[in-house]
Amino acid sequence: MTILQFFLWSLLKIIVVTVVFLMGVAYTVLLERKLVGRIQNRWGPSRVGPFGLLQPLVDGAKSFLKEDIIPTAVYKPLYLLAPILSLGCALTSIAVVPFGAPNVTGSGGFHFFEISEINIGLLVILGVTSVGVYGIALSGWSSNNKYSLLGSLRSSAQLISYELALGLSLVGVVMRAGSLNLRVIVESQSRHGILSWNLFGGLQFIAFFIYLMAAYAETNRSPFDLPEAESELTAGYHTEYSSMKFAMFFMAEYANMITVGCVATLLFLGGWTSPLGDLIPAPENWFVHALFPIFWFVLKVFSFLFLYVWVRGTLPRFRYDQLMNFGWRYLLPLAILNIVGTSLWLAYR
Amino acid sequence: MIPLSWYLLLSAALFSLGVIGFLIKRNLITVFMSIELMLNGVNLSFVTFAHQWHMVKGQIFVFFVMVVAAAEAAVGLAIIIAIFRTRSTLAVDRIDLMKL
Amino acid sequence: MHLILFIVFAGLCLAGAINLLLQTHPINSALSLVVVMSSLAVLYLMLGAEFLAAAQIIVYAGAIMVLFTFVVMLLNAGREERTLGSRAAKALGLPAVAVVLSVIATVILKAQGLEPVALSDNITSTTDLSKVLFHELLLPFEVTSVLILIAILGAVALARPAGDEHGRRTGVEK
Repeated sequence: MTILQFFLWSLLKIIVVTVVFLMGVAYTVLLERKLVGRIQNRWGPSRVGPFGLLQPLVDGAKSFLKEDIIPTAVYKPLYLLAPILSLGCALTSIAVVPFGAPNVTGSGGFHFFEISEINIGLLVILGVTSVGVYGIALSGWSSNNKYSLLGSLRSSAQLISYELALGLSLVGVVMRAGSLNLRVIVESQSRHGILSWNLFGGLQFIAFFIYLMAAYAETNRSPFDLPEAESELTAGYHTEYSSMKFAMFFMAEYANMITVGCVATLLFLGGWTSPLGDLIPAPENWFVHALFPIFWFVLKVFSFLFLYVWVRGTLPRFRYDQLMNFGWRYLLPLAILNIVGTSLWLAYR
Repeated sequence: MIPLSWYLLLSAALFSLGVIGFLIKRNLITVFMSIELMLNGVNLSFVTFAHQWHMVKGQIFVFFVMVVAAAEAAVGLAIIIAIFRTRSTLAVDRIDLMKL
Repeated sequence: MHLILFIVFAGLCLAGAINLLLQTHPINSALSLVVVMSSLAVLYLMLGAEFLAAAQIIVYAGAIMVLFTFVVMLLNAGREERTLGSRAAKALGLPAVAVVLSVIATVILKAQGLEPVALSDNITSTTDLSKVLFHELLLPFEVTSVLILIAILGAVALARPAGDEHGRRTGVEK
């Protein structure tokens, strides 16, 4: 494969994945509004299009057309940089997520269902997510507003604290697979369908629980949505943002949710493999054969997002000191115990 | 294909820029950042030599430097916060007394 | 290809480092240092150290520098002032640094037997790295973990407000 072909294929993949990802982000917002509506015994958006399905488009148009206000007292370069950084990091991490079966490859081991295959894919996701903290930290500081600053200080502290627990909860999975390559990790749990998933067969349910909690905190989602606790901080770090810049933060939050769901799917729920294992014979048609894994992958990510919304609709918000205590005193020791347990099990089984 | 010495020159340049920053910056936090810059410059030369001699140990040394830098940042920033609390300034010229 | 990548990222590196010196506000300096570190990560990748590249991003850009910006934001550090000390340091330090740099540069340029770098060179896998780290260098590794523990304790002890020596709980202050 020549270098030109490589660039063209990569460009095509990037465009397709980005468009699909952004659509996913838009419809996750709709999913959340609908579900939370149902949980609170109301309808949610239902006017625009059938079942409110066109609502995301209208929301997008609304954000575009709103007046773009830049307050006079902000520190402009960083104020403008922050939303770009936030959304950019949120969108970048999807690049290493493999979302389809590896056996569909082009010439020269070229993967169709992944923008780039990297040996250290998991670390890349963690790294990009950790750089995303700057978006939030800078937005609060440059806004020159006490609510923004408090929100972003809270958020950075929360992200740094929970990143430890998040990273440590993944160590068990990495030890079982013996690789940081996301494809290898998925392959390692593909043998007996649902029984060999890390969540069940891999006995990583403690790690999954820790990951779940840490992921909610990392994406600033309820019950850990302290940075934007509207009852105390108006809107937290994006108080001073309006129009498209606000929409960028908003999209970044949901994009992060999807990424976190993808990582959970890949690491704990067997990625694109079928939960039924070999019970369903592989379809003959190559098209269906290629599409089936994507279906499972999307289904798993969707259920993770569903859980997200369900938790948001159900649990009240934590207090800030409770949040810090929970992260440092419970999740972190539990994650270390999980690593010790997993390594003992791997050594003596 | 580019010569290995370019990487080494880059690392030397980064180190020197770090030294300059350490000398001319007057803000305690920026001075501390210059030290991190020097560490990074040295790290690059470690990785370059690890590549030259095909030795993994050079990379592991960088790993250790990172760990030490993390510990250093934690303690150093705690010291900076303590200094700011007692003197409410970060200018290195004003922090010239052992006692208050 | 390699040349283009090197020029772009080495240029970013140097630009970030120089910007660190020119900026007067600590937060701008911190961000230019982040640029330096991220482009260094790419250079590590080009030298085949992929784990280090990821560690560079996660540890340096994602943790240490976030801590720096966090402290800058917390203390609301303002612009720095140029003082007599900085002028003296400039007058004496810059020539000294220039001399040191030129000495290092001549040594590097005179050095024999340096192999050129290519993108297709061997990549150090994480497995190789961890094998050496956990077999031959296990003791230093454990020692660093003790160092980290001491650093955590030291940071907590230092950052605790004065008059709080008895370990009285003060909420979430760290």
